[in-house]
Amino acid sequence: MRIALFATCLADTMFPAAAKATVQLLERLGHEVVFPEAQTCCGQMHINTGYQKEAVPLVRRYVRTFESCDVVVAPSGSCVGSIRHQHATVARQAGEPGLAARAEAVASRTYELSELLLDVLKIEDVGAYYPHRVTYHPTCHSLRVLRVGDRPLRLLRQVRGLDLVELPAAEQCCGFGGTFSVKNADTSTAMLADKMRHVLDTGADVCTAGDVSCLMHIGGGLSRLRTGVRTVHLAEILASTEAPA
Amino acid sequence: MSTHAPKGVGHLRGDEPFPAAAKVALANPQLRRNLQHATTTIRGKSGRVIAELPDWQELRSAGSALKAYTMANLPRLLEQLEEKVTAAGGVVHWAADATEANRIVTDLVRRTGEQRVIKVKSMATQEIGLNEALEEAGITPVETDLAELIVQLGHDKPSHILVPAIHRNRSEIREIFLREMPGVDPDLTDNPPDLAGAARRYLRETFLSTRVAVSGANFGVAETGTLAVVESEGNGRMCLTLPDTLITVMGIEKVVPAWADLEVFLQLLPRASTGERMNPYTSMWTGVTPGDGPQNFHLVLLDNGRTAVLADEVGRQALHCIRCSACLNVCPVYERTGGHAYGSVYPGPIGAVLSPQLTGVEDNSSLPYASSLCGACFDACPVKIDIPSILVHLRNQAPHPRSEKAAMAAAAYAMDRPRVYERAQKAARIAKLLGKRGRGLPPPLNGWAASRDLPEPPAETFRDWWRGR
Ligand code: SF4
Repeated sequence: MRIALFATCLADTMFPAAAKATVQLLERLGHEVVFPEAQTCCGQMHINTGYQKEAVPLVRRYVRTFESCDVVVAPSGSCVGSIRHQHATVARQAGEPGLAARAEAVASRTYELSELLLDVLKIEDVGAYYPHRVTYHPTCHSLRVLRVGDRPLRLLRQVRGLDLVELPAAEQCCGFGGTFSVKNADTSTAMLADKMRHVLDTGADVCTAGDVSCLMHIGGGLSRLRTGVRTVHLAEILASTEAPA
Repeated sequence: MSTHAPKGVGHLRGDEPFPAAAKVALANPQLRRNLQHATTTIRGKSGRVIAELPDWQELRSAGSALKAYTMANLPRLLEQLEEKVTAAGGVVHWAADATEANRIVTDLVRRTGEQRVIKVKSMATQEIGLNEALEEAGITPVETDLAELIVQLGHDKPSHILVPAIHRNRSEIREIFLREMPGVDPDLTDNPPDLAGAARRYLRETFLSTRVAVSGANFGVAETGTLAVVESEGNGRMCLTLPDTLITVMGIEKVVPAWADLEVFLQLLPRASTGERMNPYTSMWTGVTPGDGPQNFHLVLLDNGRTAVLADEVGRQALHCIRCSACLNVCPVYERTGGHAYGSVYPGPIGAVLSPQLTGVEDNSSLPYASSLCGACFDACPVKIDIPSILVHLRNQAPHPRSEKAAMAAAAYAMDRPRVYERAQKAARIAKLLGKRGRGLPPPLNGWAASRDLPEPPAETFRDWWRGR
């Protein structure tokens, strides 16, 4: 299958490993990946910070860039959530019903990585090998906006060598919330503290999730405390195949 | 013309923005422990009894549909309610705002010649600051809900819709009782039954010697003119039955079309709020019954900004709220900051969307941002209010800081121009390197760097890698 990658601005700029892994994984599974270079950002930060008008061109750009593609994948539950649940509304409220209809059509073909693997490609065992103790944080937008459910866990359970440990209070927000993390830095930090405590309680050496944004937040905290626990995007684990040294 | 809740009266506006107020609360470890313990307990209890109902989701949809119908037909339903209450011997008053409602209630109490009223726990009367208005008129209001009494005796503010003293633990409550409760046993322990016993003794005397009661209402049935109050303690029942005069202050959104609609709400409310299958006391009354209960009944219908909320297509859902407080109990922000940080009597997620709409968003402009948009509130809400979408909608109406506006405009400009965007990507990498992983960044980014490292900038962007492969 020919699959278009929406890398997301954050992964493109700061966490290319997640986007690279998405490409490598899908190619390994025998699919063709394309990267339309006109893509930038889904506009979620603008929409969620109260700048809906400024987000209209970004919605239009996303629609134009991807409307000729049959299937789009993004390594982010949050961005796909915005595309699926906000883009059409933003266009409609800007008085662009035509764009709204197009946005809805593209959104219906845009998938978060675990959705693409299980629902479209119908594959649960991607043949990965990752010999680490891993805990999974189900990010809020994957969980409650996209409702990906246990898809990421099903994928992780098939990974050879991986010791999956359950994260206590997993469904609680890590405190990122986009600009919330700077506008309400103290509250965000208090939420992060509890999330980190739960991660450390698992004894995992890797905390994974389907969003680089939440991982940046959790990872930033874990790094500040010099815990030695790494944050790794789900795509990187699924793309990993190296044999142990 | 619909107007917002007036300034200078009532409790819908805080003294400081949410982040500043939250900082104070976050620095209090006792408060955080009390809150975490209480919200975790209620969450567990509520989750268990909700899981018992196979049709919970259908009930939620029914509740949501009933509320949407009510809002679409509000004027007609309110007139019907007035007609039925009047026919049953009650008197209906219309209050455009807090000031008017306070004046109506104060005048009604004055006319009875009484100097003291007993109160049923009520959000509407807290919202309008009725206790202060009564005190100014020389009338003593006595809160009879145990938690509300603790707050009143402690000269404190409620911090939760349902459990106003959730921020207090039992040793703090004991101290408040010893200090403030008339006739309290000086050997009072902090054993919960003893604390409840002390409150009971004090309140019993008050119930038997007070002739006017003030209440709110959970529901007002348009079809029959019946008012309903649900509670756990029975103290509300005392207030609603013993006095000669009962004055009920009800927000106009609390009307429900028909008697049968209570079937839906009386299943939703207790399970979502206290985690009970049925609340212990459901009191209903229709006007006046000769020889039984209060012989004078007044219903004050309160607007106080609600009509303005109704005018907003997205925001009006906030009026569907049945004040169960499930959204507070699941909110990760509320759990850490508590209710006072929200500045209004309506805390938590519902407060973050209701208070700014009642006052006008300029007056509570930090509240729509007091959420990480995690969505837990939407899932928990028994009438399916899409709180995250209202938050985002209100952020869009809130006044924005000038520097942020410029930054957002610049970001949007760059992101709509891939070449500029690519240059910005590179600049961002250099800035991060110079900022030494985030320390020494300018505000507001220093807020991030206080507790979190910024990621190590990658050697190349994804797009560089893609082109080079
Ligand atoms: S918004 Fe929903 S969950 Fe929150 S108090 Fe109101 S009814 Fe309950």
